[in-house]
Amino acid sequence: MRTARPLIYLLLTALLALPWHAVKAAAVTEFVLDNGLKVLVKEDHRAPVAVSQLWYKVGASYEHGGITGLSHMLEHMMFKGTERYGPGEFSRLLAEAGASDNAFTGRDYTAYYQKLGVDKLELAFRLEADRMRGLLLEPGEFLKERDVVAEERRLRTEDRPNSRLYEQFMAAAYVAGPYGHPVIGWMNDIQNYTVEDLAAWYERWYAPDNAVLVVAGDVEPAAVRTLAEKHFGAIPAAGTAPPKPRREPAQTGPRRIEMTIPARLPYLVMGYKTPNIQSAGEEWEPYALTVLAAILDGGSSARLQRELVRGTEVAASASADYSLYQRLPGLFTLSGIPADGVPVTQLETALEGVVERLRREPVSEEELERVKTQVVAEDVFQRDSVFYQALRLGMLETVGLDWRRDEAFVEAVRAVTAEQVRTVARRYLVPDALTVARLDPQPMDGQAMTAQTPPSRTQQENARVH
Amino acid sequence: MSIRPVLAVMLMVAASLPARALPAIESWVSADGARVLYVHAPEIPMVDVELVFDAGAARDGERDGLARMVNGLLEEGADGLDADTIARGFEDLGAVTGFSSQRDMASVSLRSLSAEDKLAPATALLARLVARPDFPATAVERVRNQMQSALMQTRQSPGELANRAFYETLYPDHPYGAHPGGTETSLEGITQDALKAFHERYYVAANAVVAVVGDIGRADAETLVEELLGGLARGERAPRPEGPGAAAGTTLLIEYPAEHVHLLMGQRGMRRGDPDYFPLYLGNHILGGSGLVSRLSKAVREERGLSYSVSSGFIPMRGEGPFKVSLQTKAANAGEAMAVVDEVLAGFVAAGPDEDELEAAKDNIVNGFPLRVDSNAKIGGYLAMMGFYDLPLDYLETFTARVEQVTAEEVREVFARRVDPEAFVRVLAGDLDDAQRQALGVVVHDGE
Repeated sequence: MRTARPLIYLLLTALLALPWHAVKAAAVTEFVLDNGLKVLVKEDHRAPVAVSQLWYKVGASYEHGGITGLSHMLEHMMFKGTERYGPGEFSRLLAEAGASDNAFTGRDYTAYYQKLGVDKLELAFRLEADRMRGLLLEPGEFLKERDVVAEERRLRTEDRPNSRLYEQFMAAAYVAGPYGHPVIGWMNDIQNYTVEDLAAWYERWYAPDNAVLVVAGDVEPAAVRTLAEKHFGAIPAAGTAPPKPRREPAQTGPRRIEMTIPARLPYLVMGYKTPNIQSAGEEWEPYALTVLAAILDGGSSARLQRELVRGTEVAASASADYSLYQRLPGLFTLSGIPADGVPVTQLETALEGVVERLRREPVSEEELERVKTQVVAEDVFQRDSVFYQALRLGMLETVGLDWRRDEAFVEAVRAVTAEQVRTVARRYLVPDALTVARLDPQPMDGQAMTAQTPPSRTQQENARVH
Repeated sequence: MSIRPVLAVMLMVAASLPARALPAIESWVSADGARVLYVHAPEIPMVDVELVFDAGAARDGERDGLARMVNGLLEEGADGLDADTIARGFEDLGAVTGFSSQRDMASVSLRSLSAEDKLAPATALLARLVARPDFPATAVERVRNQMQSALMQTRQSPGELANRAFYETLYPDHPYGAHPGGTETSLEGITQDALKAFHERYYVAANAVVAVVGDIGRADAETLVEELLGGLARGERAPRPEGPGAAAGTTLLIEYPAEHVHLLMGQRGMRRGDPDYFPLYLGNHILGGSGLVSRLSKAVREERGLSYSVSSGFIPMRGEGPFKVSLQTKAANAGEAMAVVDEVLAGFVAAGPDEDELEAAKDNIVNGFPLRVDSNAKIGGYLAMMGFYDLPLDYLETFTARVEQVTAEEVREVFARRVDPEAFVRVLAGDLDDAQRQALGVVVHDGE
């Protein structure tokens, strides 16, 4: 349901970080309309349903200081009426059709989707084409929705100590690159958006030649083409210019921050700057990093669970994360909560030890084989979700990759050697590329809770660079 | 990989079949009395199996958290195998397992490739976990600590704190009142003997439901179920959770240093299989169950921008589950938000839905019905639910017809008879000033 909308960008990050979800290419049809709208059709005839996802190449990493989160705010306003369908009309029509519709914003994309009975697909196209141009951005609706977004930020970030730490962690890791600010935006930026900011953002990025339409389900490609031409065909191309590169300058030493905020549990995040599929020096590197993440966190038998949660019991929980499909180079992250009574520094030392061992000795053939078996199995399992298959296609295209790149995923992972895993650990999991953030919990009870300072400011003041 | 050619063939076969609107459900009872629900879905070479025991927190007795600890320990040592061996055993096969324990259900699930050399050993291993857990002392301590850590996490989440107090207050002296994650003290008191006794009583065939969906024929599915349950005693089914009524009309405040106030309000709702299920379900859909087009969402979010998320819902359970309205709002807006909710509720309970709303809700539910069963995972979820709550096998088949039959007058009548906002339990978690405390008449809740 739509009230859960922006949760999805969080889930998405988690899902896409999973290393093993390739899309079977056999049943994908691609065509491009005259106005530049690319359309991908993925057939899956198991049930009489379809999913339509319209992806725009714009997201938080396209934003600069002062307007952070604007892509997400615009996503909210896209449900607030067009010249043709007034506020509420869009949701009402889709609700009657039994559609489940929503949207999500990420760093590299903003996407809108409808899941519906396949006989209702045209309605999705009609409404989605309509709001590609002609959005109202009515000032009264805007002011209310800006409050809703501020509420959303309170819910998702201000009231969650770990989310606050992660936000500060990213801000510390990136000095100039646009992955440093949160997708939802800084609170003060949210509170100062204007209708004009949104109108300009909409004009600039919402056009057929800056979008990809993905349709999956019980559909015939020829019929989808006819429908797409009927509804999207007349929208003129805008000649959208891509964003400036905004490359992050090389990091030349470890960075550490600490947050002292009221919380019950400590929390640790460590991240190394790593290349992704577009920036890797050698083509196998991102796949080796993917395998490395799975060696550490690909299930209960993987190293973090086996060694830190069960073996030495220094962690109550621990995880590793890497995403090879991103527009700009990202981070390989390790994070965790120390076990009861274990200082956070001890968890940090343990995680460094895990990394050090990866640099020192090759992973065992048994571990490598297990990861590959899991990749092959997951490749089958993910076909159960039509939505996820469509998501995969749209996401690749909007981060600047041809969707066919994903076809090669399973084979590329299967080709990774233990020596390559050690090589990427040596090249990239190095102290010079490391950012560490620690949450040092402060008491939550007593007078601390009635402090007059808004937590967002407290947070800024207490996040200190060592 | 040898799987590839098989995949290509399966895809072609699948593409030539007409899309199915509803899964064909088959059902039988296992040799030792477990109810089995099964759907043959040959399109993807994989099988989902879920084994659900009536062994959730409602069975904790005097030891809150016991059910969840038992469930969590199944994969931590069984039949002489240690946790590492068990984890490797599944993951070497590419199989994925899941363990969860809520108030009603304790669930164990397996997703595996359907190839015989993968599915058979994965099933055999799971059977050992379920029938012969060892509850090794070191694992018990570790899981106890992890549950303590999870409790600390709950204590830094105002939404979860509110939820916990809501259940405690709504279900005093009732098996649903306790928190499935236990308390700091109760967890300390759980012994290996208690874990074993709980397992022996509740992880038995007659207390189990098995859902099987995937690329497996009926005969093989029957064999798989017998393999899976082979080590279990027959035992007995657990009785329906019952308990005395709730304290009515309380408003509690949990003091919490946050910008937001989390607000929960509600009452006892209904059981699964309740004769009023359809009018209550449809009425709630209009009131607060349908996202942004619901009455609550329009009033609280769309018209006033007070909250990012506001919703209402019945949670039908084996015993009487709650009816719950929830929202979050800036602390200063707590009173206004609660007043708006009360006004919407009062209006709905007094007059029911209008005809247009009812038609729109029916269209939404009926037209959207195919989405509920469009994947093996969703079908499996329905099978487990239907089996666990003794719903008839034609539940899905007749669902839309039952929805269509509901009238506006019926909705009005059941809401008037069964929903009483005056008697609601209300819980706020947040940082309210004195004026608001007085205006709302809150009692400060002494959480642990």
